[in-house]
Amino acid sequence: QEVDLDERFGELDLRNDSDVPDVPPSTDSTPEILKRALSGLSARWKNWWIRGILTLAMILMFFLIIYLGSFMLMLLVLSIQVKCFHEIITIGYRVYHSYDLPWFRSLSWYFLLCVNYFFYGETVADYFATFVQRREQLQFLIRYHRFISFALYLAGFCMFVLSLVKKHYRLQFYMFAWTHVTLLITVTQSHLVIQNLFEGMIWFLVPISSVICNDITAYIFGFFFGRTPLIKLSPKKTWEGFIGGFFSTVIFGFIFSYFLAQHQYFVCPVEYNSETNRFVTECDPSELFQMKKYSVPPLLQALLGWESVNMYPFQMHSIALATFASLIGPFGGFFASGFKRAFKIKDFANTIPGHGGIMDRFDCQYLMATFVHVYITSFIRGPNPSKLLKQLLILQPEQQLDVYKTLKSHLLEKGILQPSLRG
Amino acid sequence: LQESESENKLDGETASDSESKSEFGGSAPVPTSDDTPEVLNRALSNLSSRWKNWWVRGILTLAMITFFFIIIYLGPMVLMMIVMCVQIKCFHEIITIGYNVYHSYDLPWFRTLSWYFLLCVNYFFYGETVTDYFFTLVQREEPLRILSKYHRFISFALYLTGFCMFVLSLVKKHYRLQFYMFGWTHVTLLIVVTQSHLIIHNLFEGMIWFIVPISCVICNDIMAYMFGFFFGRTPLIKLSPKKTWEGFIGGFFATVLFGLLLSYVMSGYRCFTCPVEFNNDTNSFTVDCEPSELFQLQEYNIPAVLQSVLGWKTVRMYPFQIHSIALSTFASLIGPFGGFFASGFKRAFKIKDFANTIPGHGGIMDRFDCQYLMATFVNVYIASFIRGPNPSKLIQQFLTLRPDQQLHIFNTLKAHLVDKGMLGGLEDA
Repeated sequence: QEVDLDERFGELDLRNDSDVPDVPPSTDSTPEILKRALSGLSARWKNWWIRGILTLAMILMFFLIIYLGSFMLMLLVLSIQVKCFHEIITIGYRVYHSYDLPWFRSLSWYFLLCVNYFFYGETVADYFATFVQRREQLQFLIRYHRFISFALYLAGFCMFVLSLVKKHYRLQFYMFAWTHVTLLITVTQSHLVIQNLFEGMIWFLVPISSVICNDITAYIFGFFFGRTPLIKLSPKKTWEGFIGGFFSTVIFGFIFSYFLAQHQYFVCPVEYNSETNRFVTECDPSELFQMKKYSVPPLLQALLGWESVNMYPFQMHSIALATFASLIGPFGGFFASGFKRAFKIKDFANTIPGHGGIMDRFDCQYLMATFVHVYITSFIRGPNPSKLLKQLLILQPEQQLDVYKTLKSHLLEKGILQPSLRG
Repeated sequence: LQESESENKLDGETASDSESKSEFGGSAPVPTSDDTPEVLNRALSNLSSRWKNWWVRGILTLAMITFFFIIIYLGPMVLMMIVMCVQIKCFHEIITIGYNVYHSYDLPWFRTLSWYFLLCVNYFFYGETVTDYFFTLVQREEPLRILSKYHRFISFALYLTGFCMFVLSLVKKHYRLQFYMFGWTHVTLLIVVTQSHLIIHNLFEGMIWFIVPISCVICNDIMAYMFGFFFGRTPLIKLSPKKTWEGFIGGFFATVLFGLLLSYVMSGYRCFTCPVEFNNDTNSFTVDCEPSELFQLQEYNIPAVLQSVLGWKTVRMYPFQIHSIALSTFASLIGPFGGFFASGFKRAFKIKDFANTIPGHGGIMDRFDCQYLMATFVNVYIASFIRGPNPSKLIQQFLTLRPDQQLHIFNTLKAHLVDKGMLGGLEDA
């Protein structure tokens, strides 16, 4: 008699968390070389050293990629997104023992592809407007982009419906929902990160560093001064760590922005140069990145002894970013902790020795990416010129001519365009 | 199972809960209580059970169609409100199923949180829509202008509050349940709220873009059922054993014909074909315009194949009718997948209907399951094939850019026009 998995799930769902069996931890993946080097130390210090070494390794890699430029950063973000997706989906498979339904892996990856295609077409394609103009096939893809993306998604949806197997319905619906929620979390966030990147590398670097700094300083403050527990979900977090981390991160963000704001490489929006086929970051730094004199409020005047200070306006924004990273960012971490407890896993995966999976490192970053994007669109940037350009180029030729004439007269009026002296 | 039953007795759940619980033990779904009004019960008391059911369904179908006509007559504002109510009811139905599945009535935060998230997402979408369509009204009123300017930030802040509340509400030993409900809520929002907003977008394009797709889906439902009833023999899909290939194909052709005829009738009236606009002076919605090309009769040559059949050389049709063929085709071929999805969902969670709102039919979701894919399709169709960007809106956006950005766009446009030969090369700058 065929086992009705769905019936089993009915009971599984109703059970208390403690009744649910643990997912067995996967094997230790620390490289041999580290193990040998640290074989002399006790277990606690060994763990500390491994974590420390890997932290340094990750930070170094971060600097290396920044040096290599925007394109490499985009690829890195994409790889991280794919790995995070893979980690979360794998957890779903282990929880539901759905390895024996091979369609899901194909379908999940297919949906990942579709959603990425849609987002890349909507956002990144804007920046390549001049590149796209010259190629007819790409123009077709851009014009009917939404329709093509929708058709691709629909194909996946119909495949899912056709793949429904009797006695496994609930399982399949769970995996479908699991996939969609994962996509919602990982893919949208990674695209927001890339959009922030295109605004200027500083909008990518400062938020990410603030979150990392908050992680590290909260840990350090907690290690030395920690006494009052912060939240039941994460018993290791303390109020002392939280507050100490907050102040350190704000100061760090402030100082770090000061240094980054001086270089065009970080401050300018990333643009694609169709002649050289490369990304360039060259521009006149906007107002945000020009030194201004600020009067110090009387309170701080007594403290610091200065009457005014030269700062970049961006540093004020960095305070907002650092505050968010310290106060709200940790909620992303608590969410991930709750998730791990709910599904009885210790780490998302074993990718990074001593740290766990990629998701473990990036759980706080997700809320940050959305916040930075919303912050930029609300307070910094006006409408997106590349999107406007793309829409102009889709218009009918007669409409384009009309728009051209209107724009020309407007620009001449404002003196932005000088009338030519040719007859 | 023993433990969970005693646990649930403490919750004080209603009769329908215990009915659905017994489904887990047995294999056949237990029918939920009869919701038919007394009047109908008495009127049909003489007929046998099978015919009674048929009559109840028939009467309710007519009632719903009549209701549909009435609200179309009442205009766009009422339609918008009906869409909103349907959305809320669908959300409520799906969330209630989630509660029943996971017995999570005893965690009261969820109901509050779920409704809060519904409110947030609706606020976000309505804000985006309202800003577009009520542009001048919004610009005039100070508080609205600020809300509109920082709309995304405010929506995000509201959502974050809900997210943080969720994290703070996590209770030991119930983590899994809470995450399930969180996931359930978000997937439901994704399905229900986005679709209802796409429907409203379609509505603003012109009531015909709202009425024809919905009618095609309803027609396909009814026609497929009738063809299946009279000619049905070959089963279509294991998920829904009542569907047959004969019904599917018959429904397809009937729907395409129906779509053609309905579009023909509707294209003649401005109140259906004109985009809905908000008139600032009268503070009401108006549908008044010059009908676009789509809604002007044109002469088409009939392909040779059909000429012999019909005996005409040319036919006068609205271009929109050609589009209606695309819409009906989608409604008949892909729309049913939405229905299969809902059937699979009901089987997965061992429920017969989503709810008992409409006697003889089930819940609102049961009636609208095929509509969801349709709404997205129509929206994508319009965006891709019908409506281009609005030139005046583009000029408006252009004027808000910085001078150097304006110059860059102007030069790119100029280069493009010169490329296409629309502008002479010697045209002065």
